[in-house]
Amino acid sequence: MIKLEIDGKAVEVENGSTVMEAANKVGSFIPHFCYHKKLSIAANCRMCLVQVEKAPKPLPACATPATEGMKVQTASQYAKTAQQGVMEFLLINHPLDCPICDQGGECQLQDLAVGYGGSASRYQEEKRVVVNKNLGPLISTDMTRCIHCTRCVRFGQEIAGVMELGMAGRGEHSEILSFVGRTVDSELSGNVIDLCPVGALTSKPFRYSARTWELSRRKSVSPHDGLGSNLVVQVKVDKVMRVLPRENEAINECWLSDKDRFAYEGLNSAERLTKPMLKQDGKWTEVEWNVALDYVAHALANIRNEHGADAIGALASPHQTLEELHLLNKLVRGMGSNNIDTRLRQLDTRADGQVKGVRWLGMKVADLAALQSVLVVGSTLRKDHPLLANRFRQAAKRGQQVNVLHVADDDLLMNVANRLIVKPSQMADALAQVAKALAALKSQPLSKSVADATANIRVSDAAQAIAKSLADKEKVGIFVGNFAEHHPEFSTLYALAQEVARLAGGTLGFLGEAANSVGAAAVGAVPGSKGLCAQGMKSQPRKAYIVFGAEPDLDAADGEATLAALYTAETVIAFSAFKHAASRYADVLLPIAPFTETAGTFVNTEGTVQSFNGVVKPLGDARPGWKVLRVLGNLMKLDGFEFNSIEDVRADIAADLQGFVAGKLNNAIGEVTMNLAPATAGVERIAEVPLYAADPLVRRAPSLQKTADAKRAATAGLAPDVYDNLKLVDGQSVRIKAGAAEVNLPARRDPTLPAGTARVALALPETLALGAATTLTLEMLPVAVTIGHAAE
Amino acid sequence: MSLLSALAKQKIDRELTKYPADQKQSACMSALAIAQDEHGWLSNELMDEVAQYLGMAPVAVYEVATFYNMYNLKPTGKHKVTVCTNLPCALSGGVDAAEYLKHKLGIDFRETTADGQFTLMEGECMGACGDAPVLLVNNKRMCSFMSKEKLDQLVEELKK
Amino acid sequence: MSALNYGPDAVILKGLTGENWRLKDYEQRDGYAALKKILKEGMKPEDVINEVKKSALRGRGGAGFPTGLKWSFMPRSFPGPKYLVCNSDEGEPGTFKDRDIIRYNPHILIEGMIIAGYAMGIGVGYNYIHGEIWADYERFEEALDEARKAGYLGKNILGTDFSFDLFAHHGYGAYICGEETALLESLEGKKGQPRFKPPFPASFGLYGKPTTINNTETFAAVPFIIREGGDAFLAQGKPNNGGTKIFSVSGHVNRPGNYEIKLGTPFAKLLELAGGMRGGKKLKGVIPGGSSMPVLTGEVMMATDMDYDSIAKAGSMLGSGAVIVMDEDTCMVRAAERLAYFYFEESCGQCTPCREGTGWLYRVIHRIEHGQGRPEDLDLLLNLADNIQGRTICALGDAAAMPVRAFVKTFRAEFEYHIEHKRCQVKTGGYSNAAEPLQMAAE
Ligand SMILES: Cc1cc2nc3c(=O)[nH]c(=O)nc-3n(C[C@H](O)[C@H](O)[C@H](O)COP(=O)(O)O)c2cc1C
Ligand code: SF4
Ligand code: FES
Repeated sequence: MIKLEIDGKAVEVENGSTVMEAANKVGSFIPHFCYHKKLSIAANCRMCLVQVEKAPKPLPACATPATEGMKVQTASQYAKTAQQGVMEFLLINHPLDCPICDQGGECQLQDLAVGYGGSASRYQEEKRVVVNKNLGPLISTDMTRCIHCTRCVRFGQEIAGVMELGMAGRGEHSEILSFVGRTVDSELSGNVIDLCPVGALTSKPFRYSARTWELSRRKSVSPHDGLGSNLVVQVKVDKVMRVLPRENEAINECWLSDKDRFAYEGLNSAERLTKPMLKQDGKWTEVEWNVALDYVAHALANIRNEHGADAIGALASPHQTLEELHLLNKLVRGMGSNNIDTRLRQLDTRADGQVKGVRWLGMKVADLAALQSVLVVGSTLRKDHPLLANRFRQAAKRGQQVNVLHVADDDLLMNVANRLIVKPSQMADALAQVAKALAALKSQPLSKSVADATANIRVSDAAQAIAKSLADKEKVGIFVGNFAEHHPEFSTLYALAQEVARLAGGTLGFLGEAANSVGAAAVGAVPGSKGLCAQGMKSQPRKAYIVFGAEPDLDAADGEATLAALYTAETVIAFSAFKHAASRYADVLLPIAPFTETAGTFVNTEGTVQSFNGVVKPLGDARPGWKVLRVLGNLMKLDGFEFNSIEDVRADIAADLQGFVAGKLNNAIGEVTMNLAPATAGVERIAEVPLYAADPLVRRAPSLQKTADAKRAATAGLAPDVYDNLKLVDGQSVRIKAGAAEVNLPARRDPTLPAGTARVALALPETLALGAATTLTLEMLPVAVTIGHAAE
Repeated sequence: MSLLSALAKQKIDRELTKYPADQKQSACMSALAIAQDEHGWLSNELMDEVAQYLGMAPVAVYEVATFYNMYNLKPTGKHKVTVCTNLPCALSGGVDAAEYLKHKLGIDFRETTADGQFTLMEGECMGACGDAPVLLVNNKRMCSFMSKEKLDQLVEELKK
Repeated sequence: MSALNYGPDAVILKGLTGENWRLKDYEQRDGYAALKKILKEGMKPEDVINEVKKSALRGRGGAGFPTGLKWSFMPRSFPGPKYLVCNSDEGEPGTFKDRDIIRYNPHILIEGMIIAGYAMGIGVGYNYIHGEIWADYERFEEALDEARKAGYLGKNILGTDFSFDLFAHHGYGAYICGEETALLESLEGKKGQPRFKPPFPASFGLYGKPTTINNTETFAAVPFIIREGGDAFLAQGKPNNGGTKIFSVSGHVNRPGNYEIKLGTPFAKLLELAGGMRGGKKLKGVIPGGSSMPVLTGEVMMATDMDYDSIAKAGSMLGSGAVIVMDEDTCMVRAAERLAYFYFEESCGQCTPCREGTGWLYRVIHRIEHGQGRPEDLDLLLNLADNIQGRTICALGDAAAMPVRAFVKTFRAEFEYHIEHKRCQVKTGGYSNAAEPLQMAAE
């Protein structure tokens, strides 16, 4: 520890701390632009110059190490003169157009110029003008305003892991840009908007839509991936205008993924459902809530009476709140059915009876950094979990060995220790190899089922290397990703992952699919031993479906077949914030409020319970889902639906929600029959859920749909051998067949794929017809048709 | 399709031997110089290829190419003539030599003659002030004590 | 070819003809004797450093930091690679001495670096050579090949277990890369943007490893120090200012060029070596240490000796030893304008005071030179210089501010004349260059 004095106040800081950190500790504000606690120190803006006793010149607080006995003045005349000198330099070439600048009102330069700037400018030459750059659909530029702090550049290099922005040129001609006209495509790109201390990089979707002082700031929690990033939602007259990160070191730190940041656009989509609607005689009519709910109560009662409660099934989205899912579950079970599922994309549920609890990350997000070796199994890591990927990225820099077992050698923009890239059908085999090698390295017996299954498999070098990495380290984590959870042999993968974790003496975790996957399972919105899972409700069609928040055609593993089941039902009741395909198969559409218009709770992948309030009032006649369910419960005369407030609903789940959830978290799984499938003939499909197609809200965010990621999703990535065999030209389309179904997609050579595979995404209208097909036949189209744009 | 010739790659590979194996980026400046020697200037495609060859982010290569004066980011004339006009040279005729060339070639600094033969550039100190006036032809050939006669001779020679 | 005239005191540049740069010639001049002495006599690394300390050799790159002391900062028992870097990015206007070492006596530099590597336990060195002197870079590569073939470089040098390799790296036109940390960045294949110090290169240098950087001439002085002893070198100069120093004399003298003289030699003597004032004109001003250093009047210079301490006493700095001589017909506003333009052009652009300030300085002097100056401009210039100097990441900010301040202060009347009369006081209105003005195409 070092003792020093800042502005006369004694303070003690850790060795290696800077003067800036010491000043922050005693609450002395030192003006700064380039300094950011999560980025490397650049010391280039020079705004933080302070007076240090015995130093011959003012020193930058951000970069100057604190030393024993140091005496620092942050606001002496000497320091002020230096700071004012810098401010004058910063302003000579900065436009003084705050009134029309999007950053106006939240601009560090503007704020500091008031305190540190002079009154009249002594600089009378012409100001520099810098041409704007097109960085893509999310970031808008006004480069003349740039003060060259390089925060955005350092963010790319250090956090996003990809240097998309640079500072080209020299001296006065330096400018921030991307490589000649390229867009910034990182899934974390929006953070540079927050980092930019001036109005040079601003939000394109938000641009000119509001002035910051017109906005009220409300807290919320992201409804997208399993991380549950904390949000500040900015609102103007009951409309969500913008979403910013709310700092939470334990979860999202100060960052947001682009999905969390820009998906709010979907809230204002024209497809919002604002009125309850009934289909009568094939025609939709808007009705009042009581009419709609009466209809629903009767319809459900009729089905129950005629066909029994088991004829009713509920498909709910794991992006819905804990309270909603609790009440939905109560409703379904109250009616006597057990057919409810939120794991709509999980094909393989045969091990449901063996699971001991709710699967989760297995540890706190913040503790990932302390692991020395990790194995990530079946995850499109960067896209599905942009900020978890960043946790691994930062840890990898400090020596964590990140090992990957996956179906594509995606560039994770971090140092990957070992990779085992196999066809989807070979994932279980590959993981079994790791288990086998690990058992040998640790001289421990494999569990019987694994031993039997792996008796004849050969351990590849890559599997051996991964096993070695896991065996050598003390703190080990095995993390199962969404791709593995959606895999047709998920149960095998699950059991093998557990075996690997056991042998390695490590922790097994699930990265976590959706904002409330953990919560959904905790409140029992999964079938349990008596009910049908989502797959079951598809293959054994029910007479009535409640579709809650989901769009089963896009949100279920086999959208096509699920649709077919829905069409055959006598009644389908769709609760949704949006109009969607339900208008074709449902007979009731109930407008429920999205997360910004209702109070609710999400339980993230680390099991943290995060409750929030609505930030605006529901649009039109939309109502919070929990209220709708409460009324419906009453109408159906079910017990336990007497709630006056959301707090009552929460109390109905448990007095101590956090404790309740914690008690359920358990990744253990019992004996499962191992299926190590032989490789299939034909081209294997790599069926991923594209990040901007993963839930109903993000699907309707236009700016995100213009990103490179979104564009690439709607193309077929073909392994080089597949591509070359077809003799394709880039962007040319291929016909993709699975059984009788076929679709055409622009093709792209994808060198990250193992031989004999093709990336054909799920969750897109373009690929709906293929259902959950795992093997495909590809044909070159007779004429070179180009559909849409192949991404580069 | 590769823009860099096999020979250029060989040269870059030789540069790479100078640096630790995990520091390929160190050869960026040489690689760009080699690429420029071959093509006359650094097109985006060429920079992209250098980036790929060295495993760098293209924008990092672009940063380098735009930071150092001797890289050409636009096509130049066949002969890029850079005259040092810094003070020590100016005291011994550096500026006069530049003016003479401007006049003779009918172009200003940063311009190219209509026949595409010459581009004239203003240079900063070349570390040869004792030999003023000095100029550099295509970054590689330094010419010293450039009197009017020698300038005339040089222009004649290059024109051929 | 006859001997090049570097003056009678030359040590580093002694006996050079311009042709005799090859290994065999160098060996005839006692080349590699120092290295052999070290390796054969088993001289300890500490002793080598002590010898250098004794010599009072100070860095020849500009800052004049004691070399032996710098070498002793290198961590001895660092696990992993350490690096040695030679700064041959000579770009300080007026300086052209390192080029002569590289092209006419490359092996002296190579030997000096090998010895430095030995002294600090370093296995790999780089010589960063100014981009504009391409032919000299190629020659240096050739010399390296010679040394490698002869067993002076590479594994197990001269059969001992000491190994050292050395490579040449070229710049491509950026003055700032002369600054040592910018140079390291550049060596790493990045833009040459200086790093904030601390950490200093001795702890965090090339590729983040401990690194020592010296100027070409500094290394070139080392073989003599080891061969003849530190005391012998010191005796060439004066206490605290050991040895000979190469001065690059440019401007209005009859024989511009490099002159290696003993530190402490009067300026008048140096001027004489350089053939005196061109055209017999009167000496008006001298920048004694490269363009970054304050200009002094002719009178002051004529009363000053050429060594670190004396020049500092006179109000400037010895810097890199570039002596820019200006006669009575030189316009000091124009001279200042050109230098201000240089720093403006060469600022790397990362830190605010330098990026914005150098352009402002230049623009104000430019308008004075072009008859649009305002009376308050001179104080503005001084104030801007104050706001830049000492507030930047690297010393380029200082280098830009110091000459402007010195020109304005030392020749204030001339600046005022410009502002008041909107034209120049001296009859040429420019750079003078009296003796052999280039024949302009009169048309
Ligand atoms: C803007 C700037 C330019 C410099 N240029 C050079 C140079 O061209 N050559 C050089 O040797 N040192 C130059 N230096 C000094 C170096 O930073 C460094 O001090 C020197 O190379 C150390 O070697 P020495 O101790 O042997 O002098 C420059 C410094 C600054 C601030
Ligand atoms: S002082 Fe100038 S050259 Fe040095 S770091 Fe700052 S901007 Fe770059
Ligand atoms: S904040 Fe310290 S220099 Fe920018």
